[in-house]
Amino acid sequence: MSKPASPRPRKGSGGSFWRYLVIRFLLIIPTVFILVTLVFILMRTTGDPITAALGDRLTAVELAERVAAAGYDRPIFVQYMEYLGQILTGDFGTTLSDNRPVLEVLLTYGAATLELAFYALIVAFAVGIPLGMVAAYFRDKTPDAILRIVAILFYATPVFFAGMLLKLIFSVWLKVLPVSGRGTTTTELEMQLLEGKTGIYLWDALRIGDPGILGDVLAHAVLPGLTLGLLTAGIFLRLVRTNVIGTLSTDYVDAGRSRGVREFRLVTKHAYRPALIPIITVIGLQIALLLGGAVLTETTFEWKGLGFQLAEYLQARDFVAVQGIVVLLAVIVALTNFIVDVIAALIDPRVRY
Amino acid sequence: MAITTATSPSTPKRSLWRRLPIVHQLSQSVGIQRGMLVTGLVLTALFVLTALLAPILAPYGYSQLRDESGGFGAQRPPSAEHLLGTTVGGYDVLSRVIWGAQTALSVVVVAVLLSIFAGVALGLVSGYFGGWLDRILVVVCDAIYAFPTLLLAIVMSIAISGGQSSLWGGIFAAAISITVVFIPQYFRVIRAETVRIKSEAYVESAKVVGTGNVRIMFRHVLRNATRTLPLIFTLNASEAILTLAGLGFLGFGIEPTSASEWGFDLNKALSDVSSGIWWTSVPVGLALVLAVLGMTLVGESLNDLADPRLRGRRAVAASSGTVAETSVVPGGSLTAGPGGLAGLENEGRS
Repeated sequence: MSKPASPRPRKGSGGSFWRYLVIRFLLIIPTVFILVTLVFILMRTTGDPITAALGDRLTAVELAERVAAAGYDRPIFVQYMEYLGQILTGDFGTTLSDNRPVLEVLLTYGAATLELAFYALIVAFAVGIPLGMVAAYFRDKTPDAILRIVAILFYATPVFFAGMLLKLIFSVWLKVLPVSGRGTTTTELEMQLLEGKTGIYLWDALRIGDPGILGDVLAHAVLPGLTLGLLTAGIFLRLVRTNVIGTLSTDYVDAGRSRGVREFRLVTKHAYRPALIPIITVIGLQIALLLGGAVLTETTFEWKGLGFQLAEYLQARDFVAVQGIVVLLAVIVALTNFIVDVIAALIDPRVRY
Repeated sequence: MAITTATSPSTPKRSLWRRLPIVHQLSQSVGIQRGMLVTGLVLTALFVLTALLAPILAPYGYSQLRDESGGFGAQRPPSAEHLLGTTVGGYDVLSRVIWGAQTALSVVVVAVLLSIFAGVALGLVSGYFGGWLDRILVVVCDAIYAFPTLLLAIVMSIAISGGQSSLWGGIFAAAISITVVFIPQYFRVIRAETVRIKSEAYVESAKVVGTGNVRIMFRHVLRNATRTLPLIFTLNASEAILTLAGLGFLGFGIEPTSASEWGFDLNKALSDVSSGIWWTSVPVGLALVLAVLGMTLVGESLNDLADPRLRGRRAVAASSGTVAETSVVPGGSLTAGPGGLAGLENEGRS
């Protein structure tokens, strides 16, 4: 949306697309650079991470030794340049509390977050897009009113409260779904023993091929997936509704209607297709929201992913780990936005520069 | 172009009361939209009243653990003395819910005021003068805008308070954390409007007459650029409550002895849920949802009423006399009703 539509006529679609691709890719660099700098400055305004984590447990002399050993007593600019150099070589630091490379933490727990985001997106697409079309079609009538209230309720409810409510209803009162975690102890054990495990339980369970384990993994995924998915579904619903309403009043939809195209087809094909561009662009922005929501959802359900781990490190006041994870997430968000913009450019040539 | 200026002689001027942001939209709305707007306004009013009257409404203090008849006890189910029971820490749930409204309101007011001032000032200067400052600010704001709100707020609150907080320290830490997240939104909107208005005929004529930059910025540009503010304002207010609660839920909240904060209380209630204790979480969560819902409803309604494509069809005709004044599209004549809006599609979409 931020890209202005190019006014000049397109010369040879192939060339201009590659040009756009390269320029858009280069734009990732300043974005990531700014975020890394911002996070670095903010995290250091209150002091060095060692004092923050251990300040109340060590004596002043011990503390000074540890600070000097880690190099935190040098000028902040030197530390900043060193940090930039480390990031360029893929070194995001080592956590203070459990002494692991941040990149390893990401690789271990990232799979769980990816899996959760995957479930959430399935729920969001399956619920949000069809209901959005229904709301647009019945614009200003009762179904529209109900759906809009539902959508607002979905994203007005904080994910952690939605999760607690679902837990209370389905796990505690009805006792049909597990309370938390990604699997029972036996499942977790099987997962650990599996050779060449990916950490994506759904995939690993399929490879083990035991229906009991697969069922267990899926049962554990229902509530977290719904919690995070419904939040996003509310936003998708609203988005699809707004954009389909916009395209439903265009001339070519009227033309289609006059040619006798069925109303269902008008909404799902004629009006929906052109509405896709703004929808895809905004979905790209939702990735950031999804990641923020994942932190809270994972904490609510003890889903051992990146967000859960981030919350743990926050509790332990391990700010090296926090900084590393936050910077990594910034890179992921920038990359996703790049991919989304490229998809938008593939669908609609007008988006290209 | 001249039609869009506020002092167009052909537009009958309505009374000041009718032109106030929310009152104007209320009279403009019909049917479901009016229902949503009214519901939102009622819920928001309820939230603000609860926050202001907390000392009168709450049966106990937010950090009170005992009264004349002894300690409250932990995790007691709802009873006559404690209408909503007590928390795991031994506080009265109802009192914590009511006092929580006060904390939430303070944070929202401080956060939104700060971000409006900073965002509007930056957007105005950036859009009006352009140049390298403008480019840098746009890139920085775009970078922040794409970043997960909650993560940025976490980093900010570490920077401000090192993750620890007293009452006002906590409120300001939370508010400033949220402010930084929202500045880019105000910045983008105000900058875009400023760039558009800058090229309007009345700004050029003011320049020709020799008006100073500062005066043009505040009298001519700012006055015409602020019409979208109530909308972002309400949407941000609800997001601010959610961010505050999210921070509290992750343990960055305000200590229970210095104030009551909904997110923090929900975090403490997390383990209660598994053992079937509902009264420590459900009332707190519902209060949070209702507060957010009220403001979101107001914001959504304002959003729809500001967008001619989404406004109820009858409403367009009914208030077409004042539309020219609120239209975001330069020179867009809306008197023809929905049919005349086709021209908006291309301009509004880019």
